[in-house]
Amino acid sequence: MTRAPLGDRLPGTRPRSSRLLGTQNRTLWFWIFVGPFALGLILFTYVPLAWSVYLSFFDAHNTVSPDDFIGFDNYASMLRNDAFTDSLVTFAVFSAFIVPTTFVLSLALALMVNRLRRAQAFFRSVFFLPAACSYVVAAMIWKLSIFNGVRFGLANTVLGWFGVDQTAWLSTTDPPWYWLVIVTVRLWLQAGFYMILFLAGLQRISPTLYEAAAVDGARPGWQVLRHITLPQLRATSVAVTLLLVINAFQAFDEFYNLLSTSSGYPPHARPPLVYLYYTALGREQNLGLGSAGAVLLALIIAVVTIGQARWFGLGGKED
Amino acid sequence: MAISRRTLLGTGATGAALGLLTACGSNTGRDGGGSGGKGPRLAQWYHQYGEPGTEQAVKRYAAAYKKADVAVQWRPGNYDEQTAAALLTDSGPDVFEVNGPSLDQIREGQVVDLTELFDGVKDDFNPVVLAPKTYDGKIWAIPQVVDMHLLYYRKSLLDDAGVRPPESLDELVDAAKALTTKDVKGLFLGNDGGAGALGVTPLYAAGLSSVTEDGEVGFDDPAAARTLGKLRQLYADKSLLLGAPADWSDPSAFVQELTAMQWCGLWALPAVKKELGDDFGVLALPADGPDGKPSLPVGSYGAAVSARSDHKTEAKDFLKWLWIDRTAYQEDFALSYGFHIPARLSLAKKADKLKEGAAADAVRYSTEYGYSEPLLWTPASRTAYQDALSRIIKSGANPASELKSVVRKVRAELDRVKKKS
Repeated sequence: MTRAPLGDRLPGTRPRSSRLLGTQNRTLWFWIFVGPFALGLILFTYVPLAWSVYLSFFDAHNTVSPDDFIGFDNYASMLRNDAFTDSLVTFAVFSAFIVPTTFVLSLALALMVNRLRRAQAFFRSVFFLPAACSYVVAAMIWKLSIFNGVRFGLANTVLGWFGVDQTAWLSTTDPPWYWLVIVTVRLWLQAGFYMILFLAGLQRISPTLYEAAAVDGARPGWQVLRHITLPQLRATSVAVTLLLVINAFQAFDEFYNLLSTSSGYPPHARPPLVYLYYTALGREQNLGLGSAGAVLLALIIAVVTIGQARWFGLGGKED
Repeated sequence: MAISRRTLLGTGATGAALGLLTACGSNTGRDGGGSGGKGPRLAQWYHQYGEPGTEQAVKRYAAAYKKADVAVQWRPGNYDEQTAAALLTDSGPDVFEVNGPSLDQIREGQVVDLTELFDGVKDDFNPVVLAPKTYDGKIWAIPQVVDMHLLYYRKSLLDDAGVRPPESLDELVDAAKALTTKDVKGLFLGNDGGAGALGVTPLYAAGLSSVTEDGEVGFDDPAAARTLGKLRQLYADKSLLLGAPADWSDPSAFVQELTAMQWCGLWALPAVKKELGDDFGVLALPADGPDGKPSLPVGSYGAAVSARSDHKTEAKDFLKWLWIDRTAYQEDFALSYGFHIPARLSLAKKADKLKEGAAADAVRYSTEYGYSEPLLWTPASRTAYQDALSRIIKSGANPASELKSVVRKVRAELDRVKKKS
């Protein structure tokens, strides 16, 4: 028996297996896969965002369906509010300190770990492990154990051996010892994560660059670091800096857990998110004013991020 | 049959779906285990009292109610803020205790009018704690117990230092300094230096108030700056305990001898008595200035009904049964665990535990020196004042200029609430 010649197939008939292909059905499958995620994003992100902006134009105490339209009064009120502007200053000072110190510390750790010939994986894990620790848990350890303010706190015990009087670390504003607690807990939690980023950057640097430099007479150490390693890490450095600044804007957990009491939160060391929390979601339940503050903060972050991107030349042509 | 990739992914998807369903079905308080009564289910919320036995007691009361299935939730953490947020949603409680309710909660219709429950018994409730739960002639919560803040002092430590219990704020400043040693501080007002714990009490000690009875700012007066400046003096003298592991509402710092005097609450009396026997006394915050008088804040958690409840009538019936009719439970709640004064005057009068020692002093102080925070003292006003007080105490900010700023903010807040009347 011979196979039927191809000419017998009816013209225009497509094979059965290709019936589900085509522009119409590709669109259908696109929405089948993307739809649930898009719906979730709309419901849980964009609708709340829009509602928040809406609330910011109303006097909305203890209600999310207000009827007292007040235009831009909430924005004016928030900008005039020295508690909010103080929180922005607090953030600026905090980020001006924490961003460079975390950068330097994580870069130093990465350089040291990268030079290890043995046990590199061990030390990499040791330094990275704090990143897995909850900010809340770390804050409690810092607050109740290491920097407890009475005589049996760890820091006070050790300093007591040298005759130093006990210090109430988190409660002392002059000098502002609370910053030591806040900064050290954040350094401990974050340095390991950014060390990993720098390690990845370091390991992408071609060894031939160092070999060529050695042939040309470059001395190992500072000269190589300055002229080869750091320039090659520029992309990683930009990413780390951007992430650190955004992360500083989002400071809440360790501040809140270290400094809040059952009576509230002190006016010093209060970053923007903590202030907005107390205004909108805390005892005040002033959802309109809090929403206005959130919008202002989002705008500030957007402007800073765009400015930073321009500064670092992101999006521009390749050199 | 070998496990294929498709089978594995399918199983994973099924597991994820089950997980999602489990998460969506988590206990929101209304569908949890109830107390077994017939009728609708009611979710009742309490904040986490620190005294042993209280939780079991309130669950026992709920179980004894037969007309509804009452599920008690004992909520740790920042209860007031949790409750405020929950009242905006349909998954909040039906019945809850509230340190308030605040003026905005009342006016936004978040709580139900309970006035009719007080027919025939209104005069038996301590007016000091009923007033802040009354607005527009209606009562919005049933006071459960009377609580108050007190200054505890250690008699033996004062004797050793040759110090007598302070009768004025100046004497308190001097006493705290004299009582401070290398290991023991003279006074503990909270880790924030007193801004949160004392609040407006120093104003009342100076003969002023937070908001006057006719709704004006009550501390636009040089006496306020003078009095608050003395709190700064306590901090500057290094007489204050700061950085204690437990904050002021817990008597640990006092009983562990970290401090000779501590601002705390009546609820701590049994723990202090158990540890120190008779070696302690209690005071109000001493008076300051010629018009001053000793002062301490008196308040209460009140039982309220959420306006979002699907069973408002049943919830009101339950509250009437528990906090109006069942006087035996009210007495038990107030006196058998921790320590509180019954909100009912008749119960307080006959309570034997309140007739001797420090307890008798406390009861006397509550009527002689007690004030309650008026409804018009809104959270925003409190925040502005507390921030200023914190700056005065800890940063040495000028009291007069700080208070001038607070007066302006409080006046604006009072204007806001009046505008909506």
